Amino acid sequence: MSLQPSERHLQAVKPGHPHDRGGKAQPMLIVENLKKYFPIHGGLLNRKVAEVKAVDDVSFSVLKGETLGIVGESGCGKSTLARLLMHLLPRDKGTLIFDGDPVDEPRGMSLRDLRRNLQMVFQDSYSSLNPRLPIEDSIAYGPSVHGMSRAKARAKARELLEKVGLRPDLFAGRYPHELSGGQKQRVNIARALALDPRMLILDEAVSALDKSVEAQVLNLLGYLKRHFNLTYMFISHDLHVVRYISDRVLVMYLGQVVEIGPVEDIYTQPKHPYTMALLASRLEIDPDQRIDTPPIVGDPPNPINPPSGCRFRTRCPLAEPICAERTPTLGTGAFAASDHRAACHVTNPVAGHSFAGRSLQSIAPSEMPARFAESA
Amino acid sequence: MSDIPADAVRLAQAAPTAHRVRGYWSAVWNRLRYDYVTLLFLALIVLIVLSAIFAPYLAPLDPNKSSMASRLKPILYKSFILGTDEQGRDILSRLIWGGRTSLLMGIAPVFVATIVGGFFGVLAGYAGGKLNSAIMRTMDVFFAFPSVLLAVAISGSLGSGLINQMITLTIVLIPPICRVAETATTQVRTMDFIDAARASGASTASILVRHVLVNVLSPVFVYSSTLVSASILLASGLSFLGLGVSPPTPDWGLMLSTLRQSIYVQPLVCALPGVTILVTSIAFNLVSDGLRQAMDVKA
Repeated sequence: MSLQPSERHLQAVKPGHPHDRGGKAQPMLIVENLKKYFPIHGGLLNRKVAEVKAVDDVSFSVLKGETLGIVGESGCGKSTLARLLMHLLPRDKGTLIFDGDPVDEPRGMSLRDLRRNLQMVFQDSYSSLNPRLPIEDSIAYGPSVHGMSRAKARAKARELLEKVGLRPDLFAGRYPHELSGGQKQRVNIARALALDPRMLILDEAVSALDKSVEAQVLNLLGYLKRHFNLTYMFISHDLHVVRYISDRVLVMYLGQVVEIGPVEDIYTQPKHPYTMALLASRLEIDPDQRIDTPPIVGDPPNPINPPSGCRFRTRCPLAEPICAERTPTLGTGAFAASDHRAACHVTNPVAGHSFAGRSLQSIAPSEMPARFAESA
Repeated sequence: MSDIPADAVRLAQAAPTAHRVRGYWSAVWNRLRYDYVTLLFLALIVLIVLSAIFAPYLAPLDPNKSSMASRLKPILYKSFILGTDEQGRDILSRLIWGGRTSLLMGIAPVFVATIVGGFFGVLAGYAGGKLNSAIMRTMDVFFAFPSVLLAVAISGSLGSGLINQMITLTIVLIPPICRVAETATTQVRTMDFIDAARASGASTASILVRHVLVNVLSPVFVYSSTLVSASILLASGLSFLGLGVSPPTPDWGLMLSTLRQSIYVQPLVCALPGVTILVTSIAFNLVSDGLRQAMDVKA
């Protein structure tokens, strides 16, 4: 079977990227102390009365060529984080370093350059395409903004359509309402790739698709990653999908990073009680293995007024007075690929927690403080 | 080779039926083509507009030539096909000439108000925040008055006359158009494709033109077209009250006003200007309704 004209375009390119600056060891993106508080206005004079701490002091790095999965409950700040990285929202505090260059700072990388290198695929495939533009023009828009001629940008759009598995001669002139959800998401991916970015943020990019289409798009993402030497930041609430696609996983709770590490370590040996509870909430394939009792109870606390110390302590089966007094940290220093860190006093032998230094898996439910013993 | 996703191969092999590439406006026309009611009334509007434009050639008699001998004659009296008014002037000729002022009053103020109101609406909707409040609260002040009262008040302070009447109507029509444009823009602004455009580094001007305006244009256009009949009615009302064009000029509203006193002498003839206004505004309303349906491309 011959693969007709598309074959030429579908060949993988050589490893490495022509725009690489920092070398292999330099992380693609370093995020330091990122903060975003949304003010809440109220009262007679419409003054600021409170703040939602959507992203609170988040630091992590995304290594070159990896897929970093980001998981957490709804409202934990995953999407805000994505929008902050894309500079769609102004950040209150924090530094971004893209391949060694600080972003939006003197002598650093300009916002325009960042946007060429970092692109995003949005969750809602319907609202992320302009209903009045043929999809070819939607894809060609980015390059033409950056000075590419109309004809060249269109040619590029058609090439990308082919790469995401849509025949240009059939699809280029179609409008978004003439496409299915999966096809629209392919167009969104093509649009994100139109500026030849080095990193993609996929914000719940497959969550709205049905399972079979989701699998197709995940495979497509895997192929595109190898083909274009991309780095992914994959945000999802679907733990199975994250395990399938990620190299490393970052767990967020209430605007903070609670655990980060290699995907298998996180899934088999979680170090943070929240991660453990999150993993326990997955639905088992085998109906006999399914649990009836929720692994954690209650709603997340209000991000306007988060608990003191560790933010998870109000729902944590291992909470002790020390957890209210001192805020556990992820530790400092650069993140290596094999680092597995959790912001929990239990992981810190000198923190003063009675379970300090023990792995979560070794703690029997009977040992837990009384009020949680039966639910655990 | 194994690096290629299976579905990409499958799609690449899909049946090569070429997809007909067509634009938005040809899709609209495709739908309009089979909407016979809209087409019929569109033809009627074209007819009325043409008759107004070619009034000097079409009007059988001089619209301003009065005759004491033939006042208030019935329909089909001698050469007066639609009878005469209280000064013996030919009604048909006056209706044809009157279409000029009335249609001008219907279309010109709506056109200007669409541009001005649309501009402020898009600005308010896209900027949001304080600018939005400033613009929309100002519009609300105008909204607080019933449109006829507002028109009478503005017209009263500006004085009568063709230009002043147009200014009045424009001012009255700006707030509702602005509101529609603002609502449409606010809706579009929150869509992810605006964020995607920003993420690709596009300037605000480019986003406004390529992404906001194209999506705001059709609801505003459709809404404005419904206002044409309202504007004609409002203009007729102002003329009726003596706040519009001054007497010798033929105008549907003015004709209705002066013929009102003779309603018991020649009821049929007196009703004619009213019927003309009614038919014209219904035609505009039905056409804009048809346009709304045809332009409502589901996304």
